[in-house]
Amino acid sequence: MRRMFFLSALLLVATPVTADEQVALTLQNHKFTPAEIHVKANKPSMITMINKDATAEEFDSTALKVEKVVAGNSKGNIRIRALAPGRYPFMGEYHAGTAQGVVVAE
Amino acid sequence: MLSALLIVFREVIEAGLIVGIVLAATQGVPRRGMAVSGGVGAGVLGACLVAAFAGELAALFQGNGQELFNASILLLAVMMLTWHNVWMASHGREMARELKAAGHEVVTGKRTLAALGVVVGVAVLREGSEVVLFLYGIAAQGGTSNAALLAGGALGLGAGAVVSALMYFGLLTIPAGRLFQVTSGLITLLAAGMAAQAVLFLQNGGYIEAMTGTVWDTSWLLREDSIPGRLLHTLVGYVEAPNGAQILTYLGTIVVILVLMRLVGKPSLRPRPQPAE
Repeated sequence: MRRMFFLSALLLVATPVTADEQVALTLQNHKFTPAEIHVKANKPSMITMINKDATAEEFDSTALKVEKVVAGNSKGNIRIRALAPGRYPFMGEYHAGTAQGVVVAE
Repeated sequence: MLSALLIVFREVIEAGLIVGIVLAATQGVPRRGMAVSGGVGAGVLGACLVAAFAGELAALFQGNGQELFNASILLLAVMMLTWHNVWMASHGREMARELKAAGHEVVTGKRTLAALGVVVGVAVLREGSEVVLFLYGIAAQGGTSNAALLAGGALGLGAGAVVSALMYFGLLTIPAGRLFQVTSGLITLLAAGMAAQAVLFLQNGGYIEAMTGTVWDTSWLLREDSIPGRLLHTLVGYVEAPNGAQILTYLGTIVVILVLMRLVGKPSLRPRPQPAE
């Protein structure tokens, strides 16, 4: 089982599946803009997070099942699975006081 | 300060619980201190490297480097834990008897020490790189709150170490004969949880597209980002809303480890150990 996944991981390195919908998310002064992201329900999407701060931030969401570190002054792609309609909060884990946002699937 | 305390505490218990289980599992094995502290040292060093090159790492493989890296080191840990359990299944009984007999020096467990050192290293590497990035962020920010935040971090480190130590000493109160059963059970669940986590990283990287739908949701009962939720996540792989692939991997890993332990541990397949003198 594990080996199977490991092998499939190796095989698929060159061909990640592209998501349908792309949304840009900017982090500046440890705040997300837009703080509310709207995506279509039941369809995968991709958030491109642009970190304009000098320090790294971790896009963290238990609801979205995502943990991704985006280094300072760089970009990161965050894949969002097909979501049932609803609100899915996320945060920047290193500045949870200010870096808060929510993905709304509708 | 409270946020620094919490974030460091969370990461430290996640790595610390694993170190505690490894220490309990290697009870009585000579030179285990070296393997474990070597693992911690290598993990801390690796964490600094991962943090320093976080941007470069993320950019690899069309932006999926981080997901692949996380999945690979988790799967490496799963393999090491499996090997340890399978090895112990064939030698655990001798070890337990010798421990009970008269504190004989036990040497059998030595073989998997290096593997468990790797597991410790991987755990510290994963959780440590987050702490490094977080603390670096604080240091780079400047301002008057630095001292308070660093004090919070230090308190979090201390509290995390205390919880991990409690876990370790709690395990030690189990009689030696049963300790191996308990630790091999814990290690099986630990490995299953790690394998499921690895699958999640592969899904987030877009490498596994099947069975991504949530199967059940127990967030009303226990939130995964609460402290008890985090503890259970590390120990037994608790996930509040697992998807199909995670559940299958979790169960599959348990089955594979149990079957391997059965096969290797069968008394008929190996010469009967001579009783210790």
